[in-house]
Amino acid sequence: MPEEIERGMAPIQQLRSRFSGLGMALLLALSATACGDDHPQSTILPKSDFAEIIHSLYVDIFWWTMVILVVVWVGIAYILVRFRARKGDAKPRQIRGHLGLEIAWTIGPALIVIAIVIPTIQAVFATQRPVSDDAMLVEVTGHRFWWEFHYPEEGVTTANELRLPVDRPVSLRLGSSDVIHSFWVPQLGGKRDVNPTVAVREGQEPSYNWLHFTPLETGVYMGQCAEFCGEAHALMGIRVVVEPQADFDAWVGRWQAGPGQAGPESVAADTPGPSGGEVRLAAQKEGETAEEQVTLGRDIFLNQSTCVACHAVNGTSAEGRVGPDLSLLGTRTTLGAGLLENTPENLVRWIQDPQGIKPGAEMPGTEYALAVPRAGGTIYGWPATGLTDQQVHAVAAYLSSLQ
Amino acid sequence: MSSIASVQPSAHHHDASHGEETGVWSWITTVDHKRIAVMYFVTATLFFLMGGAEALLMRIQLVGPERDFLSPEVYNQLFTMHGTTMVFLVAMPMAVAFFNFVVPLQIGARDVAFPRLNAFSYWVFLFGGLYMNSSFLFGAAPNASWVGYSTLTSATYSPGLNVDFWFIGLSILGIASIAGGVNFITTIVNMRAPGMTLMRMPLFTWMTFVTSFLLITAIPVIAVALIFLGFDRVFATTFFNPAAGGDPVLWQHLFWLFGHPEVYILVLPAFGVISDVIPTFSRKPLFGYPIVVYAGVLIGFIGWGVWSHHMFTVGLGPIADAFFVAATMIIAIPTGVKIFNWMATMWGGSLRFTTAMLFSLGLLVVFTVGGLSGIMHASAPVNLQQHDSYFVVAHFHYVIVGGAMMGLWAGLYYWFPKVSGRFMSETLGKWHFWTTMIGFNLTFFPMHFAGLLGMPRRIFTYSAQLNVEVYNQLSTVGAFIFGISGLIMVWNLVKSWRSGAVAPADPWGAPHLEWSIPSPPHHYNFPRIPTIRSREPLWDEDERREIEALTLTEPHEEPVMPNPSYWPLLLAAAITLAWGLVMTGVWWIIVLGLLPVTFCVFKWAFEPAFPEGH
Repeated sequence: MPEEIERGMAPIQQLRSRFSGLGMALLLALSATACGDDHPQSTILPKSDFAEIIHSLYVDIFWWTMVILVVVWVGIAYILVRFRARKGDAKPRQIRGHLGLEIAWTIGPALIVIAIVIPTIQAVFATQRPVSDDAMLVEVTGHRFWWEFHYPEEGVTTANELRLPVDRPVSLRLGSSDVIHSFWVPQLGGKRDVNPTVAVREGQEPSYNWLHFTPLETGVYMGQCAEFCGEAHALMGIRVVVEPQADFDAWVGRWQAGPGQAGPESVAADTPGPSGGEVRLAAQKEGETAEEQVTLGRDIFLNQSTCVACHAVNGTSAEGRVGPDLSLLGTRTTLGAGLLENTPENLVRWIQDPQGIKPGAEMPGTEYALAVPRAGGTIYGWPATGLTDQQVHAVAAYLSSLQ
Repeated sequence: MSSIASVQPSAHHHDASHGEETGVWSWITTVDHKRIAVMYFVTATLFFLMGGAEALLMRIQLVGPERDFLSPEVYNQLFTMHGTTMVFLVAMPMAVAFFNFVVPLQIGARDVAFPRLNAFSYWVFLFGGLYMNSSFLFGAAPNASWVGYSTLTSATYSPGLNVDFWFIGLSILGIASIAGGVNFITTIVNMRAPGMTLMRMPLFTWMTFVTSFLLITAIPVIAVALIFLGFDRVFATTFFNPAAGGDPVLWQHLFWLFGHPEVYILVLPAFGVISDVIPTFSRKPLFGYPIVVYAGVLIGFIGWGVWSHHMFTVGLGPIADAFFVAATMIIAIPTGVKIFNWMATMWGGSLRFTTAMLFSLGLLVVFTVGGLSGIMHASAPVNLQQHDSYFVVAHFHYVIVGGAMMGLWAGLYYWFPKVSGRFMSETLGKWHFWTTMIGFNLTFFPMHFAGLLGMPRRIFTYSAQLNVEVYNQLSTVGAFIFGISGLIMVWNLVKSWRSGAVAPADPWGAPHLEWSIPSPPHHYNFPRIPTIRSREPLWDEDERREIEALTLTEPHEEPVMPNPSYWPLLLAAAITLAWGLVMTGVWWIIVLGLLPVTFCVFKWAFEPAFPEGH
């Protein structure tokens, strides 16, 4: 045996030296973590009161655990060096225990535990009550695989990109239309599960989860669904735009005014069939103005396609509530729930082939139909939209114009 | 110690199996706990390689952002099967392999209390595992994560066979665990050698005892949840259907009411292993034996009162959150006490760094990290940031690999000479250990950073904007090193089984009863049953002499051992078939499936357990 152990030591020596290099790499990585505006989803760069409470608690606990880690690791290291077997070792003293030590290392950790539990429970209660009575209310609904945001007081509905005024308390009421999701925008605070609303008897109030916080800095914050919800769970992103109150008010004003009416009046009410559209788009290639293309797209969207079965644009006849609300789509930074940058080209790709970009998305493409399960077990079938390339370009131009 | 060399002529190695059948049929019909242990270990190791391969595929996908090496559907199947496999088909059965081999030998018994039931447990485990993995052949592997949260698992949102394979497979596996738990409790209560009081039992047997109670109490809870889910899926009941007033959160309570004790089912056996290994290689008795025992029992009890710390994001309200914070923090105390006692055991000792000892030390070093990150997210508000992020992925791998698997690998190197009569190669063992340490830490430590920077778990890809690519690259490199360490272990097993150095009865100078009999043991274990007078019977010169006079001798007459039987295998197959037929959703087919089960139970019941005349 012993010579085999000796031989075994050689690779250990090599690996040990490699190990210290690894430790250096990890230290570098750690310091890279510390500076970090380039980490938009970081849990340790708090930008709300809620996130700050959590972060300061985390930092406290971090240092307590470091104390324990050092005691244990240094203790083990000392023991391994000091008490390793040497040739001719006598049988060690057969010590079976020591009551004083047992009491000491029970009470020591117990005190640390108390030091952690007390501020923790204070934070539990502090973060689970409304920040203030006049907080802005937003009803958040999780859908596979996108987010609906409804502002009941303002009457505004939007999707995937939540707009909030800075420094104003907000209360998010969380509900799901299908499976469990979890709303998580780390810089604005911890996550909270978005549960399906359990049906209740008449006269009873259904119960909801809530998140209460006050955003403290303007900016665009990234988040995403944090409870596995199916095929495209990884692509169920959230953006929160925190802006000055005046900008927020202006955005609400534009929504309420009905962006659908902002464009030119419909010229297409009496235009029959898709063939008319194709003729016009062909003309556009030869120099039709962008404005005319928007008009054409509006007509296709509202009157010549199945788009409005699912989508709504405020101020138009489009009132579908199955998919995301598209009023002011042009103001959003991303498409497909945080997946693509919101450019006209990406919008064209998305309308043509949502499954190719986001497998599991519950939207048909121009060339394929889709079967979608709904709560209660029914399956809805959506036919392919059948839009031609030119039509898609026109629709994209129209939707991008909604600003 | 003086007697080690004298008692074990190596020639004995070859005729240790006298009176014992060999050949494939003898393994299929065996009821010998030692052979069942080997089958458990080999099967769990094969599943370990499979779960590891699944992990490597995921690491290739995640090496960079927005890659399409795997489709989301395939990735979701892989992470679901990786988790399910590693918990139910690797960590648990591998611990059971050690229960099987070691416990009867440590307590001076000739077998477990119910040998056929023991074989039955193994076959159910094997068939359940094969059944669940057969889903890959249909391209319909489970894909709703190992926790299977409702309502994602409902027939509405998971209409395929994927979740059927999952809930039926787990239901089958649960039968093996409950039967095993009953078996080991009965064995430990009733079959200890004279003089072996509870407080003289080796710690591994103690932790098996505690774990067995957790098995028979926790597994039924998930069985209930799985049956609810099965009824919802197959017969359209509404236990978890919110539209009909059912509550999906009920699933989470039931799952974690099982799931948290499950964590201790995984970790306590490993604690037991290193509580035997560390004293042996320190040449000192375990420091604070009664405290370590009580701490283990206490962990088992408190483990029942902390389940909702997996549910801090669910919205249970501040009072429930506060309670589960406090309960969870309290469980850290007995765990810490155990670690301090292991350190005190080594203090003043004469430490020999065998591979078994290195893995035990690896557990102390690495598991501590997992324990401390656990304290972080035991704090409910902090949990709201870390839950379901890669920080938690790092945490539970530090606990389950760093705790459970490190301990079991320590046990492998420690008891292999007793199983096979041969040493495992120490050179390869040290390669195994160091590649494990480097690969494991390189894989999982960077995940802490990825999680803190906002990377959620269970995602097939991540946005380049998160800026976590470097941590994922480190993890992927580490995962392949870790994978190589697994292959080194398998190579070491195969090589050592065939041609390892021949081991004597007590190769390590260890204190417990299993080292008083030949390596490998007779199929009846103890020629005559010794009487025990202390906690470390082989470390007392007089006691050792008395014991070895009985254990290293020939029996007066060959002990009567139970008959081999193929009914355990057939009953396990019938049960797997019956459960599998639930997939059809046709009630009369399901009822018909119970006929073979009834037939096998009947035949088993009337089969004589012992040779005629006994």
